[in-house]
Amino acid sequence: MKKFGEKIPQSLFFIMALSALSALALITVFIFVEGIPLIAKVGLFNFIFGMKWAPSLGQYGIFPMIVGTVVVTLGAIILGVPIALCCSIFLAEFAPKKLSNLVRPAIQLLAGIPSVVFGFWGLIFIVPAIRNYLGGPGLSILAGSIILAIMILPTIISISEVSLISVSPLLKEGAFALGATHWQTIRSVLVPAAKSGILASIILGIGRAVGETMAVIMVLGNAVALPSSILDPARTLTTNIGIEMGYASGEHQQALFATGIVLLVIIMILNSIAQYAIRRK
Amino acid sequence: MKIYQAMYRIALRFLFIFFLISFVFTSTLSAGCSRSSASLIIAGSTSVQPFAEVLAEAYMILHPGITIDIQGGGSAAGIMATQSGTTNIGMSSRVLAGNETSLWSVEIARDGIAIIIYPDNPIINLTLPQVRDIYSGKITDWSQIGGKKSEIHVFTREDGSGTRSSFESLVMGKTEIMARAMVQDSNGAIRQLVGDDPYAIGFISLGLVDKTVKAVELDGVIPSREHVIDDTYNLSRPFLFLTLKEPTGLAKDFIDFTLSDKGKQILYDQGLVITGVNP
Amino acid sequence: MRIRLNPRTSQKIAKVVIWSAAILVLFVLFSIIIYILSKGIPNITWQFLTQIPSDMGRSGGILSPIVGTLSVTLVAVIVATPLGVGTAFYLTEYTRESTITKIIRFSAESLAGIPSIVYGLFGFIFFVIYLKLGWSILSGGLTLAVMILPTIIRTSEEAIRTVPPMYREVSFSLGGTKWQTMLKVLGPSALPGISTGIILGIGRCVAETAAVILTAGSALRMPISIFSPARTMAVHFYILAREGISLERAYGTAALLIILILLINIGANLLVNKFVAKGH
Repeated sequence: MKKFGEKIPQSLFFIMALSALSALALITVFIFVEGIPLIAKVGLFNFIFGMKWAPSLGQYGIFPMIVGTVVVTLGAIILGVPIALCCSIFLAEFAPKKLSNLVRPAIQLLAGIPSVVFGFWGLIFIVPAIRNYLGGPGLSILAGSIILAIMILPTIISISEVSLISVSPLLKEGAFALGATHWQTIRSVLVPAAKSGILASIILGIGRAVGETMAVIMVLGNAVALPSSILDPARTLTTNIGIEMGYASGEHQQALFATGIVLLVIIMILNSIAQYAIRRK
Repeated sequence: MKIYQAMYRIALRFLFIFFLISFVFTSTLSAGCSRSSASLIIAGSTSVQPFAEVLAEAYMILHPGITIDIQGGGSAAGIMATQSGTTNIGMSSRVLAGNETSLWSVEIARDGIAIIIYPDNPIINLTLPQVRDIYSGKITDWSQIGGKKSEIHVFTREDGSGTRSSFESLVMGKTEIMARAMVQDSNGAIRQLVGDDPYAIGFISLGLVDKTVKAVELDGVIPSREHVIDDTYNLSRPFLFLTLKEPTGLAKDFIDFTLSDKGKQILYDQGLVITGVNP
Repeated sequence: MRIRLNPRTSQKIAKVVIWSAAILVLFVLFSIIIYILSKGIPNITWQFLTQIPSDMGRSGGILSPIVGTLSVTLVAVIVATPLGVGTAFYLTEYTRESTITKIIRFSAESLAGIPSIVYGLFGFIFFVIYLKLGWSILSGGLTLAVMILPTIIRTSEEAIRTVPPMYREVSFSLGGTKWQTMLKVLGPSALPGISTGIILGIGRCVAETAAVILTAGSALRMPISIFSPARTMAVHFYILAREGISLERAYGTAALLIILILLINIGANLLVNKFVAKGH
């Protein structure tokens, strides 16, 4: 009797798990089924390294978009990571408790703000500033990197801070006992000890930057040409999908799914690197 | 600690209310569960959209109980949605081509395309070949056409835009718009950006030109509704309503309303070009 | 030749650099939030909250986008929570740790990282066109449900796994069945963690634009059923701001969104505190 009563919840959970996992599998399968035929038709090399994206002419080269994604993300990392790290060190080591209790929720709030709000703010402040002081149309890779850097700050700061805090206090005390200054301790003991967590947070930040769409559509200019400087407008893989998905049909639509496949692969690679980094702890 | 407990209670209460409200709304929404026949979806061109909205609002006042939902997305999206049955009526701001011509269509108005620049830009007039060369990338600097020395920032609409397609067939011909042109997905966005950038150029619906931008004369002709009517300003394109087959029921009624004198007057008052309406 | 800095000096320099970085971050953070709130809060009037937008959003309020946001989020949460929590329970309680579970976990991680636009593309083609649900609250809600599912699975699994094994053992030794254990012991202990995941999901739904704009649509009317198209506040803000239709209303919408996110965050925080206090 009891065994039977056990079977029901087990089957119930099994069904739930099955539905959930099928739904997630459905997406993956759908994206691949729609996208692979186009990659096969155009050729993987031509797709990834093709310089021209002109769906009306049947040309589907996404290299300018890959460059756009890579450069914008790289810029966001270069601008964001050092500042985020300093900030997390600040929260973990330098800030008085009252201040950190105020700052931490503020940074969490930053994490939740919709990306379209960031994009709009960038359109009002960053884009004209770049246009007036640095040249170009203002809608540029630089604008995208700045906005993305701001958007990934909370991710990197919060996770890095947790990693720094969870370093064993014994390590710290040992360093102090040996006569090291506060900064020497941070630099040579704490940060290396928290390395894997910090690295994981950076990779999560990269993932967020790569996946961002709306804010980037608003400030990047969305030109299809290969950018030649950070003041040039550009497109990323995500914004390419975002702009064209409303009206793409047939082959064009398949090409967008194929772009989705590329994004999936990039995310999976990033995830694997993150897992590897964490496991090395 | 006490503060946290109080905040905790407030947060829980808030979440509870949030869910309660959502639940109430969604259940009342689910109560009207089937796609009632008293609703219409119109989707497509972002240029036609504001005018369709005005028509819909007028229609709904005359016929309470009927809802009309308007969706943007661009002419190509509207055509696609009409073909797939996702929308009842599609909107297009360009002529149909290829296998699209199997759709039923009617022209509800005409609208001009204005070439816009920054209001304080000294340029007043451009020739058609000049516009073409600017957009193809042959002319890259304002000084080449009489302005200050600076790179021209070129704005265009997205590929699926009817405004862009019409622009391409009327201005560009066989020449392609350059890859460096910056793409925005609505008339409003282009108007905003051009109005902010002293070196920008773009094209939008004539009906949307306002004080924030300047519309250039084309070959000496001022872009205006009168000049579109008498054909001296020849950058104009049709606004179309599309249906999969000959319209029936609510769709037919709404389209009839749009083509009636009342509908035509509404569109005329909004700035569109209508044949057969007395100014 | 390497310059050797006096450790005292390097300490001072480091302190300056770090404080500057923190001040920079705070400055940027507050300038964004204060800018939006200062321009937006004056526009949050009672009419703003209770009227429907009219004239393309140039006048009126944002009642229909508010309803749109609530309904789409509710559909997403109602669909994703049982599926996600159930999956988490199944993975932790009914299966052994094996390569399959590792693959499942890796897949959930990867899917949690997929850009939301890809979910939007999928939702548009699958729900709106293929399943003929059209632009609707249902299409939008289902798309968001799939989007937050991996997050809910992950946080729930984490929450269940960190329940001390002692709890299970005590329950079993008292003669409880697996089901009773889950219901009366594991569930309540893991609840704060699970709720945190759900709240994070809610936050994501409220802020999402890319996945919603082409699945729930951008129609301005008050939706009358879950098959009606609806605009969410984030989409409404995007359209108003981008096309310059009404900057005051755009700021008002953004301010309301920020306040909503703030409240959601507070809720999540307090649950996490409860979680941490209880579990360890």
